[in-house]
Amino acid sequence: MSDRLFEAIIYFCTATVVGLLLWIIGDLAYQGLAHLSFDFLFSEPENAGRDGGIGPILVSTLMILGVTFLTALPVGVAVAVWLAEFTRRGSIAGNWVRLSLDVMAGVPSIVYGLFGNAFFCLYLGMGFSILSGGLTLALMILPVLIRTCEAGVSSVSDAWRHGAQALGMSRSSAIWHILLPAASPAIAAGLILGIGRASAETAALIFTSGYVDRMPESLMDSGRTLSVHIYDLSMNVTGGDATAHASALVLLALILILTMLAQSFSGRWLQGRLNV
Amino acid sequence: MILSKRNTLFRWGADRQLQPLLAALALATAAMLLLIVTFLLLEAWPVVANGRWRDFFTDESWYPLEGQFGLLPMLWGSIAIMVGAMILAAPLGLAAAIFASFYASGFVLRVYQMLMALLAGMPSVVLGLWGLMVLVPLLAAWQPPGASLLAAMLVLSLMILPTVALASASALASVPKPLMAGAAALGMCRKSQIMKVAIPVARHGIWSAMLLAVARALGETMVVLMVAGNVVQYPHGLFEPVRALTANIALEMGYAMEDHRAGLFASGLMLTSIVLLLAWLAGMTAKRELHHV
Repeated sequence: MSDRLFEAIIYFCTATVVGLLLWIIGDLAYQGLAHLSFDFLFSEPENAGRDGGIGPILVSTLMILGVTFLTALPVGVAVAVWLAEFTRRGSIAGNWVRLSLDVMAGVPSIVYGLFGNAFFCLYLGMGFSILSGGLTLALMILPVLIRTCEAGVSSVSDAWRHGAQALGMSRSSAIWHILLPAASPAIAAGLILGIGRASAETAALIFTSGYVDRMPESLMDSGRTLSVHIYDLSMNVTGGDATAHASALVLLALILILTMLAQSFSGRWLQGRLNV
Repeated sequence: MILSKRNTLFRWGADRQLQPLLAALALATAAMLLLIVTFLLLEAWPVVANGRWRDFFTDESWYPLEGQFGLLPMLWGSIAIMVGAMILAAPLGLAAAIFASFYASGFVLRVYQMLMALLAGMPSVVLGLWGLMVLVPLLAAWQPPGASLLAAMLVLSLMILPTVALASASALASVPKPLMAGAAALGMCRKSQIMKVAIPVARHGIWSAMLLAVARALGETMVVLMVAGNVVQYPHGLFEPVRALTANIALEMGYAMEDHRAGLFASGLMLTSIVLLLAWLAGMTAKRELHHV
């Protein structure tokens, strides 16, 4: 009997969690879809965002994410390759780098916002700009990106490395042509984690990329991301509910699309390089 | 097939430069941590130096414009929200992990995993939006003002639930199969197999999952900023508004100057130390060897 009761409790708890999640998504879809249209995606926000669309905000979001990934991805992959291929097991330098990355991974995002504000905006004089915001996010996602890529590169079978050596390939071509494509599912996984964190981030951006909702003209302009837009509409603008919900739907869709892009990119790379 | 170079038999220039280049990048990345800590300390220095840090604990409350930097009400606010969220998320998350590891299979498991991944990937600002638009009005109709400790606990528990559920599930998955088979062979019922064998064996992993969730809960900003009401006071009731440390930084950074700004950086430093301590404890707990029952 108690076995049945236990099972019932487990099912009940899980059903509660799933039910709550469905409630959230249902509510979001119900409120947001009504306001979502082609026009909404491309027009300027009006009346502090109550009316109009999210065109400039989408552009700023994509620009910030662009800065983030153009800096984080090459650096992240390079550091991951160094950790996996150029350090011995138990090497002091490697362990220190790993330790500091793990510590960085634990720092709360609002603290990255504080640092970004003090370092990029004021010390380096970038001001509230898309560049400061993007670099702050890059710093924030680097640890998880590096550790995932490192795991991927070091799990590539040694047979591949021996094969490359036997063919007389240089270290760098072996890395570029063999190891990275073979590790590309892990790189994509790291990228997906990074995309999830970066596009959802709000706290680190409020004081680095700022609030401005005009169309950005350069990387040095301030621009708000979708998540900051949602925050602003729900907290500071009365009557912004409908556009906030629609923006939330767009944000979820954006994360989904970027995730799928990352996956297909890794698949292509792997196929293009290895199955010639 | 290998197109990038003229001759693969000789070490070429790029190869010799590769290692120092990568090493320099790696060290630069690691040095960013030092840079972060340095900048936080530098910015916080005016209110930390000369024993002024004691004011964070002795000043009555947070009136930065009058030079009062008491952080305790907000620290307790953060802790109260975290404890409440954990009380809700720990049993629910553990139950969900047990469901995924022992009860669900096939199609149901796939749907469950998809939904859990969706919840884990849900931006916190979207959860906050839901809390603000749906939950807070519901609470306000029952016990005004609505935006309160309870609202923050509820929404935050949803936010950390996937952390508990996914990390506990992976701890449960690492329980050696022969142990479970032995338990089944002894004729133990499902409940005893789980409660008396699987969970005790996986307890370190589960504790580590809980500590990770605690660290996440304390570091989270948007949810508590949007639904907790943001009144600086000691938490003394579920329906009273409170302000968390993270929310305070987000609220005041926009206009803070001089000592006030330094105070915010100091609270960020304090928050970071607490969260890092918890993450370190979680790592230590997870590393402990599995002691079989």
